[in-house]
Amino acid sequence: MTAYFFSDTAALTGRTLRHVTRSMDTIITTAITPVAMMLMFVYVFGGAIDTGSVSYVNYMLPGILLMTIASGISYTAFRLFTDVKSGIFERFQSMPIARSGVLWAHVITSLVANLIALVLVVCVAVLMGFRSGAGVSAWLAVAGVLLLFTLALTWLAVIPGLSASSVEGAGAFAYPLIFLPFVSSAFVPTKTMPGPVRWFAEHQPVTSIVNTIRNLFAQQPVGDDIWTALAWCVGILVVAYILAMAAYRRKIA
Amino acid sequence: MTAQPIASPAIHVQGLRKSYGKHEVLRSVDFDVVPGSIFALLGSNGAGKTTTVRILATLLKADAGAASVNGFDVATQPANVRESISLTGQFAAVDEILSGRENLALVARLRHVEDPDAIADDLLRRFSLNEAGARRVSTYSGGMRRRLDIAMSLIGSAPVIYLDEPTAGLDPEARIEVWDAVKELTRYGTTVLLTTQYLDEAEQLADRIAILHQGRIIVNGTLAELKQLFPPAKVEYVEKQPSLEEIFLAVIGGGDKCDADGTTTGGRG
Repeated sequence: MTAYFFSDTAALTGRTLRHVTRSMDTIITTAITPVAMMLMFVYVFGGAIDTGSVSYVNYMLPGILLMTIASGISYTAFRLFTDVKSGIFERFQSMPIARSGVLWAHVITSLVANLIALVLVVCVAVLMGFRSGAGVSAWLAVAGVLLLFTLALTWLAVIPGLSASSVEGAGAFAYPLIFLPFVSSAFVPTKTMPGPVRWFAEHQPVTSIVNTIRNLFAQQPVGDDIWTALAWCVGILVVAYILAMAAYRRKIA
Repeated sequence: MTAQPIASPAIHVQGLRKSYGKHEVLRSVDFDVVPGSIFALLGSNGAGKTTTVRILATLLKADAGAASVNGFDVATQPANVRESISLTGQFAAVDEILSGRENLALVARLRHVEDPDAIADDLLRRFSLNEAGARRVSTYSGGMRRRLDIAMSLIGSAPVIYLDEPTAGLDPEARIEVWDAVKELTRYGTTVLLTTQYLDEAEQLADRIAILHQGRIIVNGTLAELKQLFPPAKVEYVEKQPSLEEIFLAVIGGGDKCDADGTTTGGRG
């Protein structure tokens, strides 16, 4: 049975990917909030924020990308929740298949859907004047960090997807994540914030990830930030995966 | 009332119990299903029908008792049980966003049968869904959706099929479509466990009927046996008025189907 893990997961992933490609509006709505934020900050507030020699669109794009992922994974929770509610989740679980493939299909689809949304946002940023001299390896490093962050948040999204009792509940967990970049180095330098806020901003996961991506784009050394960023991503991933599997076992027991 | 001894039942359920907190849903359920027969589990809402099916489909663990399907124990050999069964859900668990053909091909892929697309086409034809095959399921009528659901459960030729309330919420015409689809199943020697709250559905389809009430099987027998439990039939002369269902079917042009069904029932009963 587990011999079929890959082919079963592939078949199920094909299904969930069709859900994405047949409702491209979910990709658009994933990208629309971050794009609107980007327009607001660059053309309204940006002039008042001192980011030194860096152009403001370059400065804030990393935070916007994390915001895109946070809003994208709420659709992952939504798609999984719909499967559970409609009964198709149980149909799959009653079939002689690699049962965890149902979850992996949603996880892979989440990665693909978020990647499309991220590309879309980067394209808009380029139109707004974002420029980077980063080479292929730096871009790959950025993509790697973003994918790892998406994977971590996707497993987090699996938890409400499996256990929420309403559609609203399944999507609502993403809101705090979407706003987390505001209290970080994503939009304004943390040194302008008052003591406790500054402490929080400097020690929450978004700041280290934002700083890493910003430095990669600016061809600056990433320093210790990249290790802090990776530690946060892997830490969230491990905890979320354990909790998601616990929720999954409760569901199928 | 008790059945003749059965060598190896397709489904064997003994002393099955399940509670949710203090609420006892099943309080010792026993029944056997003969291979190749249609067995109806009849009961009102909340009688425990769906709970029984979920346990037999390895989706839920029983608190006590034993159940086996096709000779495999549901608690200790769940993988073998899943190889032996096909579940059609109460709420027609088909994918709304995919087309009918894609739904069938997906199940065929997951059941690892050869040439999934050919199987999908064949089933679309057999269940008169040919023209709708390329359309998204969200555009289907309730009856079409349920027929697709049943067609999906045929893929992989599982020896045992569970039909959990196959006609709940359907209009009379669609109900007859689904009944025809269920009768189609038995032509291939499939064992069917049917749950329903409609008496006439059990009467139409089942070889054996068990009535589940408050978590226990209170009656189990063939329709003829069940009829013997009641006082002998009296002969009365009553003018035969068409029922509203007959009028409805005649007006919308489903009359032929209705007649055909009437004959089959006559043959059966």
